[in-house]
Amino acid sequence: MNAGKIRQILLITDGCSNQGEDPIAMAALANEQGITVNVIGVMEHDVIDEKGMTEIEGIALSGGGVSQIVYAKQLSQTVQMVTRKAMNQTIQGVVNRELQQILGRSQSMEDLPPEKRGEVMEVVDELGETVELEVLILVDTSASMKHKLPTVKEALLDLSLSLNARTGGNQFSVYAFPGKRNDVEKLLDWTPNLQSLTSIFSKLTTGGITPTGPALRTALSSFSEKRNVRSLLSDDDESFFEESV
Amino acid sequence: MMMNHSLKSRYKVQPGTVITGKWHNNHYTILKELGYGANGVVYLVKYGSRHAALKMSDNSMSITSEVNVLKSFAKVQGTSLGPSLLDMDDWQTGGDGSKVSFYVMEYIQGPDLLSFLQQKGKSWMPVVFLQLLNDLAQIHENGWVFGDLKPENLIVTGPPPAVRCIDVGGTTIQGRAIKEFTEFYDRGYWGLGSRKAKPSYDLFACAMIMINTAYPNRFAKQQIGGIAQLKAAVRQRQELLPYEKVILRALEGQYLSAKQMRDDLLQIVTRQDRADRPKTSGGSGGGKGSPQSPLNSRKQQQKQPSAQSHPSSRKAYRKHKKKSRWKEYLIIAAVLGGLYGWYIFMKIL
Repeated sequence: MNAGKIRQILLITDGCSNQGEDPIAMAALANEQGITVNVIGVMEHDVIDEKGMTEIEGIALSGGGVSQIVYAKQLSQTVQMVTRKAMNQTIQGVVNRELQQILGRSQSMEDLPPEKRGEVMEVVDELGETVELEVLILVDTSASMKHKLPTVKEALLDLSLSLNARTGGNQFSVYAFPGKRNDVEKLLDWTPNLQSLTSIFSKLTTGGITPTGPALRTALSSFSEKRNVRSLLSDDDESFFEESV
Repeated sequence: MMMNHSLKSRYKVQPGTVITGKWHNNHYTILKELGYGANGVVYLVKYGSRHAALKMSDNSMSITSEVNVLKSFAKVQGTSLGPSLLDMDDWQTGGDGSKVSFYVMEYIQGPDLLSFLQQKGKSWMPVVFLQLLNDLAQIHENGWVFGDLKPENLIVTGPPPAVRCIDVGGTTIQGRAIKEFTEFYDRGYWGLGSRKAKPSYDLFACAMIMINTAYPNRFAKQQIGGIAQLKAAVRQRQELLPYEKVILRALEGQYLSAKQMRDDLLQIVTRQDRADRPKTSGGSGGGKGSPQSPLNSRKQQQKQPSAQSHPSSRKAYRKHKKKSRWKEYLIIAAVLGGLYGWYIFMKIL
């Protein structure tokens, strides 16, 4: 079975976008390219307003991902659960497509009798353990996020701990928005480990605007750039991974 | 946790509701909610005349995956790892075809581990942990790691009291990444190891539950964090001190199997017994005429060192005794010899 690679964008924010393209449209664009967009809304003492909530749910919905609003305290646990849940959803989607091909009808895993479902689940579990995962993390660094950033850093380190316990490989990349000069700033290029994040996060400055849409667009181009560079450098490597999965 | 509000309200099933399975057509009457976790709600249900626990979730995958674990546990002969599985099915909630997956399992009744220890007292602590380690050893032998090990997932049933693990949502095949965990009991959170499913992952959680018995409200990671904070926590509680060695070894991942940890715990418990007994019997038997053997042996033990500290006097005493014996012998021999000589002399005359 070929699940290829799983590509995700994880957006961590605490409110509504106020500049640039519509983030919901950008999320839909990502979904069209096989990239899932997950959103985590972080609260502390402040509450996220109605408008922000609608946007967070909208981004995840059109991005084919999962959204969750949490208090900063629960961020670590949530980040890893959201990532995992979205990963399983993607795998389940792939498995369902395979099932439809085999069974010829509009069958999904849920339509199988419970006894058969168990065997399919074992395949889903196996894939979740071994599939290659690419997560691009977009961190909102608007002014209101300032005191939540240490918690975000902890949560991201925790995420890399969780995902690196899997057999399959992981690649992470971290972007912050707004950046110092542009809408978005790359903090960390694709790497299997997020440890180096510790030093970068302490230097982060926060700004006023929240250009969520442009940030998502940049994140998308980062995925395609990566694919291009990868295919130029190591064509064999890539195909090997895809086959083994 | 991951429970958002819409999910919680949607599966608030009222008591009295009858749930009918789509595939197997069994009927279950909801009696009350037993609890909810990250992946669903558990209800107490009645079917026929029996009680059972029913777990439902909108996430059909997690239900299926838990059923897989329970099925695998059921294959292990002669043991009761986790609740036994009774049924798995889908419930058609409305006319629109929306459905919820659920499974039905044995209802395990009793207080959770911490409440049990609070009710029954600390003397039960080693007992429940020895039992738990036994269960863990079996789970590990069958290729699993329990994962989300915490007091809420441990029920003490009885009588006789026996620990049972009830929530297999975090149970993971060894070597894979742990599916579900709770921060306080997770070694990754404390920076003391990976989240790969290994026996030592469960043993860490087991040690954290031991610490939890002395800190019912748990505690958060401090700035120092890691082993230093946990070490300090153990040392601050009198009741944890006897188990310090076992707890620390488990926290540091030094035990490769549950059996090793169990052996160490057992050793501590039996040694503690031996150390305790003279003290308690000395206290209760302080009055006259209590010829308890431990007390006597203790007296003897006390005597021995004092005798050993004066070896010369004892030797002298023995020597003295030997000498007087010889004197006795010579006197008797001389008297008899004299009498015999006297007798011969008279005969000759």
